[in-house]
Amino acid sequence: MLNAIACVTLLPLFGFFVLTLLRPPERVAAWIGCGTVAAAAAILFTITIGFLQNPPAEGHAVVHYGTWVGIGSFQPGFSAWVDMLTLTMLCIITGVGFLIHVYSAGYMVRDEGFARYFSYLNLFIAAMTVLVMADNLLLLFMGWEGVGLCSYLLIGFWYRDPANGAAARKAFIVTRVGDTAMIIGFFMLYLQFSTIDIAEILRRSHEAIYFNQSLYTVVALLLLGGAVGKSAQLPLQTWLPDAMAGPTPVSALIHAATMVTAGVYLIARTHPLFMQAPLAQHAVGWVGLLTLLIAGASALVQVDIKRILAYSTISQIGYMFLGLGVGAWSASIFHLMTHAFFKALLFLSAGTVIFCLHHKQDITEMGGLRKLMPLTFASFVIGCGSLASLPLITSGFYSKDEILIGAWNSGEMAFFWGGVVGALITAVYSFRLVFVVFFGAPKTHPDHAPTLNMQVPLVLLGILSVMGGAIHLRLDGVLPIGSHEVSTGGHGMISALLIVLPLVGVALAWWLYRRGITWTKTTGAPAAMLFFRRGWAFDALYDAVLVHPWVWLATVNRSDVVDSGYTAVARLTQWLYQQASITQTGSVRWYAGVMIFGFTLILSAAVFL
Amino acid sequence: MMLLDLIVLLFGGGILAWISGRMDARFPRWVSLIVLLVGLLYLITHWVGADPDLADRALSGIPSGSGVWQFALVADWMPLFGVKFFLAADGLSLALLVLTFGLGIVAVFSAWSEITDRSGFFYFNLLWTLAGVAGIFSALDLLLFFFFWEVMLIPMYFLISLWGHEKREYAALKFFIFTQVSGLLMLLSIIALAFFHYQQTGVITFDYFSLRNTPLPEGVGIWVMLGFFVAFTVKLPSVPFHTWLPDAHTQAPTAGSVLLAGLLLKTGAYGLMRFILPLFPSQAAQFAPIAMLLGVISILYAAKLAFAQLDFKRLIAYTSISHMGFILLGIFSANALAMQGAVIQMLAHGISSSALFAIAGSLQHRLHTRQFSRMGGLAKTMPNTAAMGVFFSIAALGMPGFGNFVGEALVLFGSFQVNPLLTMLATVGMILSPIYALKIIQKVFHANAEAEPIGDALGEQARAEDFRFHERLSMGLMVVAILWLGVHPQPVIRLVEPSISALLVPAPVQVSGLAQQDEWSIGR
Repeated sequence: MLNAIACVTLLPLFGFFVLTLLRPPERVAAWIGCGTVAAAAAILFTITIGFLQNPPAEGHAVVHYGTWVGIGSFQPGFSAWVDMLTLTMLCIITGVGFLIHVYSAGYMVRDEGFARYFSYLNLFIAAMTVLVMADNLLLLFMGWEGVGLCSYLLIGFWYRDPANGAAARKAFIVTRVGDTAMIIGFFMLYLQFSTIDIAEILRRSHEAIYFNQSLYTVVALLLLGGAVGKSAQLPLQTWLPDAMAGPTPVSALIHAATMVTAGVYLIARTHPLFMQAPLAQHAVGWVGLLTLLIAGASALVQVDIKRILAYSTISQIGYMFLGLGVGAWSASIFHLMTHAFFKALLFLSAGTVIFCLHHKQDITEMGGLRKLMPLTFASFVIGCGSLASLPLITSGFYSKDEILIGAWNSGEMAFFWGGVVGALITAVYSFRLVFVVFFGAPKTHPDHAPTLNMQVPLVLLGILSVMGGAIHLRLDGVLPIGSHEVSTGGHGMISALLIVLPLVGVALAWWLYRRGITWTKTTGAPAAMLFFRRGWAFDALYDAVLVHPWVWLATVNRSDVVDSGYTAVARLTQWLYQQASITQTGSVRWYAGVMIFGFTLILSAAVFL
Repeated sequence: MMLLDLIVLLFGGGILAWISGRMDARFPRWVSLIVLLVGLLYLITHWVGADPDLADRALSGIPSGSGVWQFALVADWMPLFGVKFFLAADGLSLALLVLTFGLGIVAVFSAWSEITDRSGFFYFNLLWTLAGVAGIFSALDLLLFFFFWEVMLIPMYFLISLWGHEKREYAALKFFIFTQVSGLLMLLSIIALAFFHYQQTGVITFDYFSLRNTPLPEGVGIWVMLGFFVAFTVKLPSVPFHTWLPDAHTQAPTAGSVLLAGLLLKTGAYGLMRFILPLFPSQAAQFAPIAMLLGVISILYAAKLAFAQLDFKRLIAYTSISHMGFILLGIFSANALAMQGAVIQMLAHGISSSALFAIAGSLQHRLHTRQFSRMGGLAKTMPNTAAMGVFFSIAALGMPGFGNFVGEALVLFGSFQVNPLLTMLATVGMILSPIYALKIIQKVFHANAEAEPIGDALGEQARAEDFRFHERLSMGLMVVAILWLGVHPQPVIRLVEPSISALLVPAPVQVSGLAQQDEWSIGR
C-alpha cells in the first residue's frame, strides 16, 4: 500500500498535464482539478490509517521509484520518505488543498483562465507533496522551487495588470535569495558527508567523527536562510503582503496554509543539525519572535482585508519559528496544522466577502455584513477566534499554548514575554477586523451570494478550526521530546494568563471599536501608524539599498564597457591606416626624397653601429 | 565510416540545396530538412548497432582508453607533415552530434517561412556550418580540427552578413575577426605542440593521442595552453572575450542565432573539455583558479547585462554568456560531477537558448520589432507562443525539472568540492537569473499592450498570427527534450561517463610505436 504514495504526487501532476494540454471547458476543468486532488487525498488517508495501525519498525519507510542522477556518491533518486511528519504534512496539503480546490471552482467561475488556474493549482499540490516526501536534498529542492514557481504563476495569474506581475516577480526573487543560501548549505552538507540522502546526513550528524560545531552552525544558518525566504520571516518577509495580488483561494492555499510553512517543515525535518548548533537554533527563535511582533504591529493598522491576513500569517509563522527555536518541535507542527485550518478558513471567508462585494478589499468600505452574510460571518468569527486563540473552544488556543509553554520552559524569558505580547496584539487585530467588517452600519451591499461549493468548504474548515485542537499528532518517533512537554512548574499561572489574555484582547478591540479608534485613516494619520502600515519600511530600505543600485548599475552599463576596449582597438587601427594613407600622395619627387632619406638612415646605422 | 558519411552528407546536402534553389525557392528547405532527418536517423541507427571493439581495432597502436571510442576512422591526409584524417566519436561526441542534427532541424524550421531571398545559398551556408560543427565534434587530428574550425566560420559569416538585420555587416565582421584572431592563436599553439613533440620523438604528428604525452618546457607550456584557451573562450564565450556575441546573435537571422547559441558556443566548450585538460593537465590545474574566476565573472556580469537590455534577442544573447560561465566553472573544477554538469548544461542550454531565439525571431518576423517597449500582453493574442516563451524562460532561470537545473546544480555541487568561495559567488547567479528571465515573461507576454500604445505596434499585435504547425512541432520536440534532460538525465550521464573519466585521468604512457598508422584502418 505504501508504494502507492507516489500517486499523491502523480495524480495532481497528471491533472496539470491534462489541463495544460487540453485546456478543457470550465466544468470539465473543475472536475479534473478537484478530482485528482480528491483521489490523491483518499489514497493518502488510506495509507495514513494503514501506517498508524501498522507502523514500520523504525517508524519510517522509504519507497524508491527510480534514479534521477547517479554519479559516484551523488545519488539523488525519486524516492519517498514516509514517516508521521511527512504524513501529517501530506494530510494538510491534500485535505486543505482539496477543500480550496472545491471552493475555487465557485470563486473562479467565468474567469477566462479557468483551466489554466486549475492546472497551476494541481501543479502546486504535486510540487508541495514532493517537497515534504523528498528523501534527498536535490529532490527537496525540486519541490521547494516547484512551489515557488506555482506561487509566482498564481500571484501573477491576472497577468494583464502589471502590478500583479511585479508582485509575482518580487515573491519569486525574494524567496530565491533564501533558496540560494539554502542550496549553499546543501553544498556544504554534501562536501562534509559525501551523500545527499537526508536521513543519512541526519544520522551521521550525531556521530563524533563528523562533529564540527562551526560547520553545523553555518549550515543551519544557511538552511534558516532558505526557511525565512519561503516562510516570509524577517528579513525576507516583504514579498508576502504583495503576494495577495493573486486570487484569494491561492492566498489561502499557498500563502497561508501550505507553502509558506515549508520553512517550518524544513527546520523540523533537519532538527538534528539545529540541535548540534545551539546558536543557530537560538537565531531561529529570535527570528520568530521579532517577526511575530513586527508583523503583528503591521496587521493592526492595515486597511486591506487580505493584507491584514497576510501580516497575520507572517506573525503566526513567527510563532512556529519561535517554537522551533525553543525546541518545542511538535508544538510548532501542531500550530502549523491548526493555522492551516483557521487561516485557510479566514482567507476563504475573506474571499467570499470580496467575491460578494464585487472585488472590494478595503475594510473601510465594508461594515454591517453580520446580518447580510451570516454564514460568512460565522466562519470569520470562528477563524478569528482561533487566530486570537480564544480559550478552550478553538484549535489555535491549544497549539499556541504549547508553543508559549515551551518558550517559558526554555528559560529565555524574552521569548515567553514577547510571545505573550504578540498574542495580545493578535487578539486585538483579529477582532478589530471582525468588528469593522461585520458590525456597524452596512456600507456596501453584497450583489450576489456565495455558491454552494464555496459554502461547504467554509463549513468543513470551520469545524476543523474548532475541533482541530483535539487532534493528537503522533510525532514522537520523528521529533525529539519538546520543551513544552517537560514540566518545570509555574504552569498554573501561565495557563491562567493565556486564558485571560485573548479575552482581554477582544475586549480591548471592542472598546477601541466603540470609541471609533480603528486605525483606518489613510491621510493625516500619525507617523508611527503609517510606518507600521508600510511594513516597517522594509520595502523602502531594500529599494534604496538593493533594487535602485542594481537598476542603476544595469542601466549605466547597458552597452557593456568591456566592448569599448575592442572599439578602441578598431579606432586605433583605422587612425593608423588614415595616417599611413596620407603619405600616399602620388608625387614622385616626394617618394624619391623619402627613399633617399630612408636609404641614408639605414646606411648610417650600418656604418656607425 | 559513419562519421565521414555524416560530414559528407552535410557538405553534399548543402551543394544540393544550393542547386535546387535555382529550380524553386521552396526546394532548399525541404532538401535541408530531409538531409538532416536522414543524418539523424543514420546516426541513431548506427549508434544502436555500434561495436566499440571495431573502433578499438581502428585505433590500434594509438593508446586510447578501450571501450571509450565507438566509431573511428584513421587515414593519411598529408603524410609528409604527419597530418591524418582522423575522425572518432565517443559518448561526448555522440551526444553533441545528436544535438547538432536536432538543432539543425530546429534552425531549418525557424528559417522555414522567414527566408525567401536567395534561399538556396542560405541553406547551403546553414548545412556547411553544421558540417563544420559535426567535424569539430569528431576530429581527433589537431590540424583537421583546425580545418573544421575554419569551415564553420565562413558560412556563418555569410549567414549573418547577408540575411541579418540592420547592423548585420558590423556584427558579421566582428564575429569573423574575433574568431579568426583567436583561431590563429590556436593554430600557433597546435604547431608549437607538434614542434615540441617532434623535438622529443623525431616524429611529426598532430594526432590527439600522441600529443597527449608531450612534456612541455617549463614556462612555455602555459603559453601553448593559453593559445587553445583563448580560442575556446572566445567561442564559448567568456568575459572578457564575449563582446562579439551580443552583436552577432542579435543581428543574425533566426536560424543563425539558433546555430550560434545552440551549437557554435558548444564547440568552444567541447574544445576546452576535449583538448585543454588532457593535453595540458598540469598547466590546466595551475590555471584553473583563473579560469574558474572568469567563469564566475561571466555568470554574474552577463546576468547583469542581460537584465539591462531593451532588445529581446540581445537579452537572450547575454543570458547565453551567463550560462556558459557555468560550463567554464565546471570544466576547470575537473571532477566527474562538475564535468557531467557541464555536459548536461551544454545540451540543455543548446536547447533552451535555441528555443528562446526561435521565439524571439518568430516575434520579430511577425511584429517587425525586437524592442520590449513595443511588445506586451501577447499571452492574450498568441497563447501558444506565450506558453512556450514562459516555459523556456523558466527553463533558463534554472528551475528543477528542466535540464538546465541539472546542469547548473551538478556544476555547483562539483565545483564546491574544489573551490567553495568561487562556487558561492557563482550561486548568486541563481538570484540574478530570475531577475532577467521573469523580465522576458513580463515585458513580452504579460502586462497589457494597451498600456503603452505605440504607433502601429498595437495593430500588428492584434493581427499577428500564433505559431504555425512547423513551429509548434519544433517547439514540442524541444519541450520534450529539455524535460527529459531534467528528470531523466541518467542515460546521457552514463553515455558520457567513460569519456569524462578518460579526460580526467592523466594520459597513459605511450608504449607501442606508431607503426600502424600509415595504413588505412577503418572502423564503422
